[in-house]
Amino acid sequence: MPKFTLPKEEYISKGHSGCAGCGATLLARHVLKGLGPRTIINAPACCWSVVQGVWPRAALKVPVIDHAFECTGAVSSGIRAALDIKGIEDVTVVGFAGDGGTVDIGLQALSGAIDRRTDFIYVMYDNEAYMNTGIQRSGCTPLYAWTNTTPGGSSCACNESPKKRIMEMLIENGISYGATVSIAYPEDIVAKVKKAKNIRGTKFIHALSSCPPGWKISPAKSVEVARLATQTGVFPLYEYEDGAFAMSKDIKSRPVEDYLMVQGRYKHLTKEMIAEIQRAVDAGYEALKAKCGKGAGSAV
Amino acid sequence: MLDLMTANAAAAKAAMLARVEVIAAYPITPQTSISEKLAEMCANNELRAKYIKVESEHSAMAALIGASFIGARTFTATSSQGLALMHEMLFWAAGARRPIVMPVVSRALGPPWNIWTDHMDVMGERDTGWLQFFCENNQETLDMILMAYRIAEDRDIMLPAMVIEDGFILSHTFEKVDVPAIEEVDFYLHPFNPDVKVNLNKPRRYGSLVMPDWAMEFRYNNALAMERAKKKVVEAGTAFKKAFGRDYGGLLEEYRCEDAEVALVIVGSAAGTAKVSADRMRERGKKVGVLKLRAFRPFPSDELLAVGKRVGTIGVFDRSYTYGQGGAIFGEVRNALFPLAGQVRTKGYIGGLGGRDVTENDFEKIFEDLLAISSGGKAGKEIEWVALKDGSLRW
Repeated sequence: MPKFTLPKEEYISKGHSGCAGCGATLLARHVLKGLGPRTIINAPACCWSVVQGVWPRAALKVPVIDHAFECTGAVSSGIRAALDIKGIEDVTVVGFAGDGGTVDIGLQALSGAIDRRTDFIYVMYDNEAYMNTGIQRSGCTPLYAWTNTTPGGSSCACNESPKKRIMEMLIENGISYGATVSIAYPEDIVAKVKKAKNIRGTKFIHALSSCPPGWKISPAKSVEVARLATQTGVFPLYEYEDGAFAMSKDIKSRPVEDYLMVQGRYKHLTKEMIAEIQRAVDAGYEALKAKCGKGAGSAV
Repeated sequence: MLDLMTANAAAAKAAMLARVEVIAAYPITPQTSISEKLAEMCANNELRAKYIKVESEHSAMAALIGASFIGARTFTATSSQGLALMHEMLFWAAGARRPIVMPVVSRALGPPWNIWTDHMDVMGERDTGWLQFFCENNQETLDMILMAYRIAEDRDIMLPAMVIEDGFILSHTFEKVDVPAIEEVDFYLHPFNPDVKVNLNKPRRYGSLVMPDWAMEFRYNNALAMERAKKKVVEAGTAFKKAFGRDYGGLLEEYRCEDAEVALVIVGSAAGTAKVSADRMRERGKKVGVLKLRAFRPFPSDELLAVGKRVGTIGVFDRSYTYGQGGAIFGEVRNALFPLAGQVRTKGYIGGLGGRDVTENDFEKIFEDLLAISSGGKAGKEIEWVALKDGSLRW
């Protein structure tokens, strides 16, 4: 008999409009498995505006309020305020937004929600570019990644700026809980959102969500590539709570090349570029490990 | 109870009387004292509401859309640049059919920087799908906010509403205001109970992606709701008169227009000044009247057409300018009167921009100009800028 490690309940119907191998769709599936039916989602313009399906059909089995691009933090504050004044305490409010809608255009509203200590979970599904509009660079696009607005050419080498350190910014802003998750580790997603649900204040979940069309990978490799991101230390899984960090999976064991070179968006990388990325990943991982060890324990 | 207060205080009082449940506001002159007053009321438990101190007007509107979907009565207030920043979410509130009520303390948009009143801000939002009501004085500001909730939240309407009070002229000027008892207001305005709101037992998606095969029908439903609002504005006014004794005359108030030879269409605080001028002219035997437009959205085309059949010359005073057609109201009035083209003469007057004072003398000149046109004189320019500092211009 197989042992079920995930809740059996499904809150996303078959027939959604996600691309084959869509990381963000897998993410929502597991986030909702962790949170259950007493959840209200609000989502800005992003892939999920489409993934949910076209009116009058809707793929999710929880209420969803759609809204404009930059207001996930504000709409979340509004929903929570209304639930509070109505005396409804057992509902989890979730803002579910892409990386561009979070670290770029939605950063102000998110910061305001954190300032107000709005009690909600903000899930950023990070596919590292504006994918819904056809792969343009966002503040989450990694160094040297190809996108349609960082195509590279004779004068520049694709994306020349490093990925925004959003978790660090939001920790300084005042989140009560922060965690990175990956679609390659669904038990970790479920455990972390369950934990976040029971913490007051603004909780930020940074989820690496592979995007086959945007990353130029086969849909069949979506989970595998996401797993490589953690195994190479490019996207370590950790938690932050009450000033302390905890490593969830200390499994960095492979060179970044293993992760980068399976993706078409990195195929132009030179040996020097790979070495530069390796140095940055090593330094970031060591800095994170130095912060971890004492303090909050892992959810998993 | 009679009290002395500014229109901003009256607006805050109205929000309290309406028992608003979620407020989201951001400071901007000359609106700020509304949000300050409400913060004070919440801090002292005079009002049991959640007050979200947002970080922008855009977020204020976004937060209220979220709150309204849960079923809370919502309130914010803004002016000028703040309203412009909200623009995207104004469309969203109307499209999502959330009956948010928002006083707009009208103010010019920069540059040049200017904090004083004109209607460029609200006219810039006339196509967002909001109901738009103009107030002449502080009493009407309080009363209109209560009426606005009743109209906006009607299940046949479900559209957001702006209640427009002129910056400083009303917002910071003390006037006598009769404040109704909250129990009387409870009788007039029932708790917000929308049929469309989030239900966790029947999960739905609000604000879905709609393909071209159905998108037009959504927009058409908004158009129908706006049309239905015409009747609801009148009904809300009639019920208001019955409950509180004050009558504002529905969408369009006719002032001394019964036998008028000329009439001037006007909105907001300047309507009071125009009425005084009309009284003076009447004392001199001049048959002039004032058409105070209370609702700009929905626009009372039928009512104007009815007046046009009796009054042969109609002027329009605009506190805004629409590039290409003069004043925003002028364009719409002329449009409404088109079936009477050739019978009714129209002329637009632009004035009071950026807080420029508009005096009784200005209106007397306008009335004289209209009377001259009425008795066969030349209309001159179709659009006249009133009281410009330039000797070569007419006024």
